[in-house]
Amino acid sequence: MQNIVIIGAGMAAGRLIDHLLEEGQWNITLFNAEPRGTYNRLMLSPVLSGEKTFGDIVTHDDDFYKKHEIACRFGERVVAIDRSAKIVTGENGDVPYDKLVIATGSTPFIIPMPGHDLEGVLPYRDLEDTEAMMNLASGKKAIVIGGGLLGLEAAAGMQMRGVDVTVVHLMGHLMERQLDPAAGFLLRKELTDRGITVLCSTNSKEILGENGKVKALKLDDGTELPCDLLCMAVGIRPSTALGAECGLDVGRGIKVDGQMVTSDPDVLSIGECVEHDGAIFGLVAPLYEQAKVAAQTLLGKEAQFVNKETATKLKVTGCDLFSAGDFADNENREEIVFRDPATCSYKRLVIEGNRLVGAVMYGDTGDGPWFHGLIKDRTNISDMRDTLIFGPNFQGGAPLEALGGHCSLAG
Amino acid sequence: MTDTIRSTCPYCGVGCGVLLTPQGNGALKVEGDPEHPANYGRLCSKGLALGDTVSLDGRLLAPKVDGKTAKWDDALQLVADKFKDTIAEHGPDSVAFYVSGQLLTEDYYVANKLMKGFIGSANIDTNSRLCMASTVAGHKRAFGTDTVPGTYEDLELADLVVLVGSNLAWCHPVLYQRLAAARAKRGTKVVVVDPRRTSTCDIADLHLKLAPGGDAALFNGLLAHLADQGEIDAEFVSQHVNGFDAALETARAEDLSLTGLTEADLATFYDMFTKTKKTVTVFSQGINQSSSGTEKVNSIINCHLATGRIGLPGSGPFSVTGQPNAMGGRETGGLANMLAAHLDLENAQHRDAVKSFWNAPEMPEAAGLKAVDMFDALAAGKIKALWVACTNPVISLPNANLVEEAIKNCPFTVVSDLSDQTDTARLADVVLPALGWGEKSGTVTNSDRTISRQRMALAHPGEARPDWEIFSEVGRRMGWEEAFDYRNEAQIFREHAALSKVAGDFGKDFDISALSDISDEDFDGFEPQKWPITAAREGGRFFADGKFFTPTGKANMLAVNARAPQAELDEEYPLRLNTGRQRDQWHTMTRTGRSSKLSKHLAEPFLQINPEDALACGLKDADLAVVKGRAGEAIFRVWITEDVAKGSPFVPIHWTCQTAAASTVSKIIPAIVDPFSGQPESKSAAVNITKFTADWYAFAISANAFETTSDYWAKVPAEGGWRAEMAGSGELDWQAYSQELFGTLKEPMVMVDQSTGLHRLAFFEDGKLSAALFVSPEPVAVAREYVIGLLGSDAINVLAARPGQDVKDPGPTVCSCMNVGRNQILDAIPVEGGATVDLIGELTGAGTNCGSCRAEVAQLIAQHSPRMAAE
Repeated sequence: MQNIVIIGAGMAAGRLIDHLLEEGQWNITLFNAEPRGTYNRLMLSPVLSGEKTFGDIVTHDDDFYKKHEIACRFGERVVAIDRSAKIVTGENGDVPYDKLVIATGSTPFIIPMPGHDLEGVLPYRDLEDTEAMMNLASGKKAIVIGGGLLGLEAAAGMQMRGVDVTVVHLMGHLMERQLDPAAGFLLRKELTDRGITVLCSTNSKEILGENGKVKALKLDDGTELPCDLLCMAVGIRPSTALGAECGLDVGRGIKVDGQMVTSDPDVLSIGECVEHDGAIFGLVAPLYEQAKVAAQTLLGKEAQFVNKETATKLKVTGCDLFSAGDFADNENREEIVFRDPATCSYKRLVIEGNRLVGAVMYGDTGDGPWFHGLIKDRTNISDMRDTLIFGPNFQGGAPLEALGGHCSLAG
Repeated sequence: MTDTIRSTCPYCGVGCGVLLTPQGNGALKVEGDPEHPANYGRLCSKGLALGDTVSLDGRLLAPKVDGKTAKWDDALQLVADKFKDTIAEHGPDSVAFYVSGQLLTEDYYVANKLMKGFIGSANIDTNSRLCMASTVAGHKRAFGTDTVPGTYEDLELADLVVLVGSNLAWCHPVLYQRLAAARAKRGTKVVVVDPRRTSTCDIADLHLKLAPGGDAALFNGLLAHLADQGEIDAEFVSQHVNGFDAALETARAEDLSLTGLTEADLATFYDMFTKTKKTVTVFSQGINQSSSGTEKVNSIINCHLATGRIGLPGSGPFSVTGQPNAMGGRETGGLANMLAAHLDLENAQHRDAVKSFWNAPEMPEAAGLKAVDMFDALAAGKIKALWVACTNPVISLPNANLVEEAIKNCPFTVVSDLSDQTDTARLADVVLPALGWGEKSGTVTNSDRTISRQRMALAHPGEARPDWEIFSEVGRRMGWEEAFDYRNEAQIFREHAALSKVAGDFGKDFDISALSDISDEDFDGFEPQKWPITAAREGGRFFADGKFFTPTGKANMLAVNARAPQAELDEEYPLRLNTGRQRDQWHTMTRTGRSSKLSKHLAEPFLQINPEDALACGLKDADLAVVKGRAGEAIFRVWITEDVAKGSPFVPIHWTCQTAAASTVSKIIPAIVDPFSGQPESKSAAVNITKFTADWYAFAISANAFETTSDYWAKVPAEGGWRAEMAGSGELDWQAYSQELFGTLKEPMVMVDQSTGLHRLAFFEDGKLSAALFVSPEPVAVAREYVIGLLGSDAINVLAARPGQDVKDPGPTVCSCMNVGRNQILDAIPVEGGATVDLIGELTGAGTNCGSCRAEVAQLIAQHSPRMAAE
């Protein structure tokens, strides 16, 4: 029975274990720096907002690990990897491996501005961060730096708990990586309407503290925004330290090939810590795909990871938002736009040649998966272009009349 | 519970009886009168939708002088003074009346009396000039009077009915239904002679696609064939007919190639006619609206006279008229070349008799100006005061651009009509509010000489008055108080009937003298009755006895030749433009155009064009085309179809500047007229056709009325609002444009595909769709009926321009009564075959009410029914 050591129990690792258990016999050791197994990190926001409990979002509980005889080394950090000896050294001792999977994920980026190390300044990554925000009393003030997916989920979650939240965003509109300015505007309007203060095109300069505890955020125009908690959600960095230390090829992430194998044939890597074909990853869909490929590789089967277009959905109740593919402007690209001021719905499709390459939707996102499918499958959409933006229910059917009112007899 | 009132439909010359039940709120329930001899309860789609047309929207309710509301007294006095002054200064022939086949007999009588007996000019003509003047001339030449020999029953008693230049199915639908029913019952053979394949061809055993202008050649050939086959009624001819030999000789010399028909087709038709004694030849505008219309009429009558097939049950030539009271106008002498009661203006004895009957100061001795000449004289400044009643010459007369200019330049123009917003009324100095159908009272005469009552069912709106009263008021104010001292319609009718005794005494046909002393009560209760109505004779057919109204008592056969249309084709204008009606509209749409039901059938002015012509002109279906003649041009939607022959495209006549930007057919029609009748050649303009280049096309719907301003537009009511087709040039800010178009500042729901030029915008009021605009650089593809149906609903996906897969698009409307669309009919056609019109009717309801669409349903079945298996 092969010894498999997995470092990290994030969502990619959890999925890898699921696949491994489907086939073959393994002796699995699972390290995790967090003192728990795999949970659905994407669902921390509903936990923060109070719509779910942590128990609801655990995907692999103690019973699971027990049943499958997985050696859990939770709350224990890995301190070294000896690739020549094929041994992983944890804080509590060594574990030999036949195959090693590094799934260390990513680390939230903390802007190294003055005061970033004050108490009450935190990222939004794990249950501990979530709990810190949940513990902020109603009526207190919180600032979220970063108007991306995570920052807005943090802001909305705290706001739902009665916290007075201000979002400070450097760019001109919210979620600029997923949304165009129009959708960003609608989102901002929605958040503002529910009581969140949103400042865009706003640069933070310094975090002010008192008694080692965060007190206010000072903007570069000198404005001071008082706060009791400051959440920084400005991005993530692949956690590559372990990989680098043991001498694997590392770029922005730990470099892997299409089989998720690193520069060492016995070491694989998956998740937010990897770099594949120049790309790094932050959304869950490709991670699951990597887990699947890694499992195949470990089974000695042919598999190839392909980085497909991904879709994003903001998990803030009442803000239905969907984005998929690539919708940057470029001269070869054409767009179809739909907007309805009454319902604040907005849709934008980006077309290149005869194919849909990007879709942003705000409001009515029901057809999101269908658009995502068209993007992934590179479907030729020229025949459905007229009604494309209205979704699958409006495709096919009899040709429309172009003859004014009088084709009752024509054809 | 309100009483039901028996009246008569105001549309075509069939003259159907209707039962009107006022609903108490200005609305009117309309049903066919089962006891009326014209229709026995049937009505067509137009008649059935009459209730939709009586709203007071846009009605003129008080007189207007120079665009300002005026008192009746002042307006009438102004009219009387202006006419008097003009006559005093320039003589009686410097004034003119242009009236209408929609006026009631009583209106006509008073207007004619005023002009011919008191003003002393014969310058009164009517839009009937455009309709059946050639028949009047042909009848008079052949019979001595303008007499329709037969009755509608003859269509049911005939073994062969030849329809010449008549799209009976669309233009006289109830007669068509009667004929179709008779054919189903007794196997009547039907021949349709028409350059176009019309819906009427659905019941045709033979369709002769005659070349334009080939009618007289066809009937000359027939006359020669009848002679060759020994089918001449020698006894009838020798005793009752003059001119047989000359007519036959001319006929034998005719060039039959002018018919454009194959020898086989000619032989088939000639053989059918020769062998079938009970033959009715129905003719209409295809004969009349021609520079040789009178000749054509006589060529038809010749064949009936030569065979003695006239005035017998199931036999005779039969003119069907286009207007409800064209016949009443003829009977009262409301044409420039007639006197009254079918008497002759140029006959001194007739003139003196009428003069003394009227106690008239002076009478004109020569014919007045016929319609086209009248407006030429107006343009030349010879007519200085004009009164137009109940018609719209700017739209209906040929060379419309000139007519418009002439009216603009006329020193004094009066229009009496329902609206001051017709293309003609907009140019008038004085507009007088007249009563409309449903409000007025009097009589009309239909195509088979049946006099029926139109009765008042709705209150007189505002200050509107009956036309006879307006003419009488002016007559009195001009100084003829006694002659125009009319108190009611019955009084006028009695005088009209009494005057017909004068005609009867001269041995003329039109004699209803038995009604000379009809009481007011009996007039109220008057039942439909065919004239003559004298002590000696009531109704029936004319001429079976061989007695005609010529000086010799014999009928005249005329030596006539076919003559090609006079508008010359050349390299620049190579096509011959045919014109006509569409099924659910009538005239200039002032009435039918108010009904959303009727506007569904063909909601836009169209150009039917043969595929070869379309290819040559660079046109594809749904393009817009500019049809240009020597007189002017107009724009139409292209409809490519084999139904029209190569070289002979077709457009409908109905669209005005009120309903379309640039689709007035009369602007293309040259003012070429028949030398005998003065009737314009409306169906034979020489034209060229080119693609209208537009940067954008649009389809607009709105719950509220809206003003369209683009280069091309056509606008009609739709269920719950209005619909318009539009096209124009330039790059526009569509949000601003649509806000202005629909008169709103709301921010619309928008769908934009900038690269393909697709812009769709929708406006909502309280969450319900209130307007939408669909723009495309190509003719707009929209499920029109479907999106119209969304007005007033949530319509969240209206901008998809089509129903989702979960909803069916009914398609363009075929059956107006039951509201059945083309797609619904196609869906109902069984895949295993065996579809019939009745089966489709059972399944969908189409064609089960008025039946006007049955021919179209049959066509759809023919086009889409699965072919029978080869074995």
